[in-house]
Amino acid sequence: MADTFDYNKKRIAPAKVIRWTLLALGGIAMVMPIVFMLSTSLKWPHEIYNLKIIPDEPTIENYTYVLEDGRFYQWFWNSLVIATITTISAVIFDSLVGYTLCKFRFRGRMIVFVAILSTLMIPTEMLVIPWYLMAKDFGWLNSYWGIMFPGVMTAFGTFLMKQFFESVPDDFLEAARIDGLNEFQIWWSVAMPLVTPALSALAIFIFLGNWTAFIWPLIVTNDPALYTLPVGLTTFSVEQSVEWELIMTGAALATIPTLIVFLVFQRYIIRGVVMTGLKG
Amino acid sequence: MATVELRKLVKTFGKTEVLHGIDLAVEDGEFVVFVGPSGCGKSTTLRLLAGLDDVTSGQILIGGEVVNNLAPKERNIAMVFQNYAIYPHMSVRKNIGFGLRTAKMPKADKEKRIDEVAEILGMTELLERRPAQLSGGQRQRVAIGRAMVRDPSVFLFDEPLSNLDAQLRTQMRLEIKKLHQDVGTTIIFVTHDQVEAMTLADRIVIMKDGHIQQVGTPSDVFQNPANMFVAQFIGAPSMNMLEGTVIDAGIQLGAGPIIAHQNQFSTNKITVGIRPGALVPAVHGDKVLMEGTIEIVEPLGAESLAYVDINGTKVIATVSGRAPPKLGEVLELTCPPEEIHFFDTASGLALS
Repeated sequence: MADTFDYNKKRIAPAKVIRWTLLALGGIAMVMPIVFMLSTSLKWPHEIYNLKIIPDEPTIENYTYVLEDGRFYQWFWNSLVIATITTISAVIFDSLVGYTLCKFRFRGRMIVFVAILSTLMIPTEMLVIPWYLMAKDFGWLNSYWGIMFPGVMTAFGTFLMKQFFESVPDDFLEAARIDGLNEFQIWWSVAMPLVTPALSALAIFIFLGNWTAFIWPLIVTNDPALYTLPVGLTTFSVEQSVEWELIMTGAALATIPTLIVFLVFQRYIIRGVVMTGLKG
Repeated sequence: MATVELRKLVKTFGKTEVLHGIDLAVEDGEFVVFVGPSGCGKSTTLRLLAGLDDVTSGQILIGGEVVNNLAPKERNIAMVFQNYAIYPHMSVRKNIGFGLRTAKMPKADKEKRIDEVAEILGMTELLERRPAQLSGGQRQRVAIGRAMVRDPSVFLFDEPLSNLDAQLRTQMRLEIKKLHQDVGTTIIFVTHDQVEAMTLADRIVIMKDGHIQQVGTPSDVFQNPANMFVAQFIGAPSMNMLEGTVIDAGIQLGAGPIIAHQNQFSTNKITVGIRPGALVPAVHGDKVLMEGTIEIVEPLGAESLAYVDINGTKVIATVSGRAPPKLGEVLELTCPPEEIHFFDTASGLALS
């Protein structure tokens, strides 16, 4: 019998199979911790070392306990205030400095830029001691400001915004200059709306960084009323035992604001990308 | 409306001098076009006028007032940029009204002014749209609208048509010319396209390497070019340039023919310039200026361009579009004496 070729039978390239498999494995690796976090939060204490994803006896008792514990709300509020103020501050100051370094020519511009960039090479662990000494000298220990001050402006954000402002044509700024706007108005009304995707990405990044920050808030505060969520959740871990089900419940609740932030800013990222395609 | 005057204007970037003492006076309500090749300094001059760059030395006067130290917004000028510079995040209404943001006038008056400008430009229907929803020509109109809304004394246009396709460019050219006739404001327009310059300008300023080569009306710079650069830059295709030597009978061209000429020249080495449009096939009775073999014929519709080889020198002549001569044919060419230009080969300057 002569060979026939079945045109309806689609062949899948091996490279595609490998790509999909790798992506699927990557996806599973990223989703599994979240699945286990949710699973553990629905387990009774005796079940938590059982690796079953679906608990034998699911319970919402942990959620009731955490939400009825007044401390959770305090930690949540502290984290929200700190992450929100730091995000707003960093987005404004990073973009202001990034814009200045990108669009203004002045003596020493490159030195300033390199100096800011070079701070990215210093790990947080090394900065913690000088930060602590500063906070102590200025009387900022055990205060919101003490937790926030290292993050109100970031070298990474400055670098990111400088690079994004490169894509804003100078004509836009010059047109506004001729129309009579001052330099601050030009930055705010013309340049900033044109880099919305970058601002959104930066806002998400800064918010998540501050929402999940642990080492610095742990060091700078010892008043439980000022604990942030990650620091507060560790109080469920005591010398004799670690109440994983409560920690995971707190962690699951803590992801809600980050999801909201991501979903809100994601829209601006997409809208920003649509606008950047505009040209003559 | 206002006059504009440039006095010994010099601009340097670092150690490089890009404008070498420009002098120019623009009349009130005049449409002046700066034209020249890339890097000639035309856009730099416009930016100095707008106040976007600082003057190194010299003076800029707008309406008789020295404006060197005034910020762009204090010069009462408006500028239309090459890529329009209209803001993608704002509607057409907001874009047009952007120039009024700092104007101290009631909101209702601002809205009225925006509506007036939109009507002049035929954009009333498009006021609520975003720039992304507009065509290239409409975006250009928005940019012009934003310039018009403040009722400036001088309009500056920096190659505003170069992003448009050929058809739209012609249409917008007419609209800009009509706009100038309607509003009568002084316009300074920069382009590298000599057709744009010829069609739009009351006067053309031809620049090269930071120097003004010639200032004149379109017909003046076309018919009486000051030097070989202007002669070749203005007019398409470029003027034929044939080097020659003065002899008793006239000028002996390197390609062989002799151009009879009685005038006395101060120099021996002469370059003869003849525009392709003036170099035509000789018909019965015409005095034959030169003859050569046709190498290429480019049909343009109404007429054709013939590339003719005259003893190794190439010239372009204009021939009939309806019945163009064939390739390889020997063509006898003639030219009215008044269409022949003479230049000093060494200095490039026109000789009377």
